[in-house]
Amino acid sequence: MRLDRKDLLTIKDLSLDEIGLILDTAASFKEVSEKDIKKVPTLRGRTIINLFYEPSTRTRTSFEIAAKRMSSDAINISLAASSVKKGETLSDTARNLEAMRPDCIVVRHGSAGTPQMLARHLSCSVVNAGDGAHEHPTQALLDLFTVKEHKKHIKDLKIAIIGDITHSRVARSNIYAFTKLGARVTAAGPRTMLPPGLSSLGCEVTTDPREAIKNADVVMMLRIQSERQNNSAIPSAREYARVYGLDKEKLSLAAKDAIVMHPGPINRGVEITPEVADGTKSLILEQVTNGVAVRMAVFYLLLGPVREED
Amino acid sequence: MSTATVMDAQQMERALSRLAHEIVEKNNNINDLVLLGIPTRGAFLALRLRDKIKEIKGHTVAVGAVDATMYRDDIGIKKEAPTLKEMDIPVSIDGKVVVLVDDVLFTGRTIRAAMNALMDFGRPLCIRLAVLVDRGHRELPIKADYVGKNIPTSMTEGVKVLIGETDGINEVYVKAEQD
Repeated sequence: MRLDRKDLLTIKDLSLDEIGLILDTAASFKEVSEKDIKKVPTLRGRTIINLFYEPSTRTRTSFEIAAKRMSSDAINISLAASSVKKGETLSDTARNLEAMRPDCIVVRHGSAGTPQMLARHLSCSVVNAGDGAHEHPTQALLDLFTVKEHKKHIKDLKIAIIGDITHSRVARSNIYAFTKLGARVTAAGPRTMLPPGLSSLGCEVTTDPREAIKNADVVMMLRIQSERQNNSAIPSAREYARVYGLDKEKLSLAAKDAIVMHPGPINRGVEITPEVADGTKSLILEQVTNGVAVRMAVFYLLLGPVREED
Repeated sequence: MSTATVMDAQQMERALSRLAHEIVEKNNNINDLVLLGIPTRGAFLALRLRDKIKEIKGHTVAVGAVDATMYRDDIGIKKEAPTLKEMDIPVSIDGKVVVLVDDVLFTGRTIRAAMNALMDFGRPLCIRLAVLVDRGHRELPIKADYVGKNIPTSMTEGVKVLIGETDGINEVYVKAEQD
């Protein structure tokens, strides 16, 4: 079994077998981070470039650590310190980076479709680390991995995804991921944060968070992304916290052994109370740990085999 | 394709018993012994050796598995990234006598990779190698300390070890062509 593709761009394009392969491979790589010597020589001599056009701590660090623990050389380029500031276009930047012969470019960009565009133009592998409000495939893979670790299976689980669905690439990738594996996903948020046609992705849609949380096995909260909206979608953060924020009382509606997830960074007291975020049901930090293992698996499966020249 | 059986179940059993006796003879302090099999079949053979050592000495030695895949030298050369297998180092290997266990010793490259993997887990007193079959054709300066059976082969032949745990049958055969 192999991942027969040059790039990882979306969850939508992945088959069930491919998702299974990535998750199984990630389980092996998780052990690497638990040793004293957190490094294997698997991808020595490879070069991986993190090209981030949007701020990120967790995801960029996670990709960088994943690359380094496999002995590849990781280079980080962030918007603030790049030639973008001098007016260079994205495709020129990408072509110049490719001229230095990297094996993989990890890209995050505010515009949906950017990784696809790069993947078409570049012969190296491209990994989508989040494109606009489109997809964030490695986040969904690490969420699947984390849920599977705790629940052993995904099929027939009830998953609640709550928050600003319209602007959330995490929500989109996770709806694709969990419905593909047979879970029942309910997306909830204020009407202003639910995109039209959402149910066509195969999930239930509601404006009532309690309906989504009721008997849920997994409650996934999304960040209220103040940088992506003019704040006209909700009256106030306080109002949002009261109606949609996950507190102990709302969480009590979920299944007894429910788990709480959040892609981070969290706004304490807005979409989730500190009590729940730091509570025993919360897997927020485990998600971060698992992110490294999943990204190692993605690098391994994309860069491990030799690719025939097109 | 022609195949020839070179060991049947009984011969395998005897070879493993002899390996267990040899390991015990060479290692007086059995408490310092750790058997680490190379998955898939080596890991099961390590378990069998543990059972046989228990019969001989009445003591259960630590047993585990060391997957060398991440340390292989052919990643990025083959069309497929090799499938990762189980890694299970149950005890600290610092100062221990580690006996690597595999079914077939061929080029020695897997053993090299396994030794590198082990070094990242600790600093064993020494590493020994036990194999059920040595078929020759080493590509690295590696030699087994305990050999169940030497089977001279040509480069084009393949040697296959079947064990009950994974294959439902215990047998070693040589076939005219490699996989």
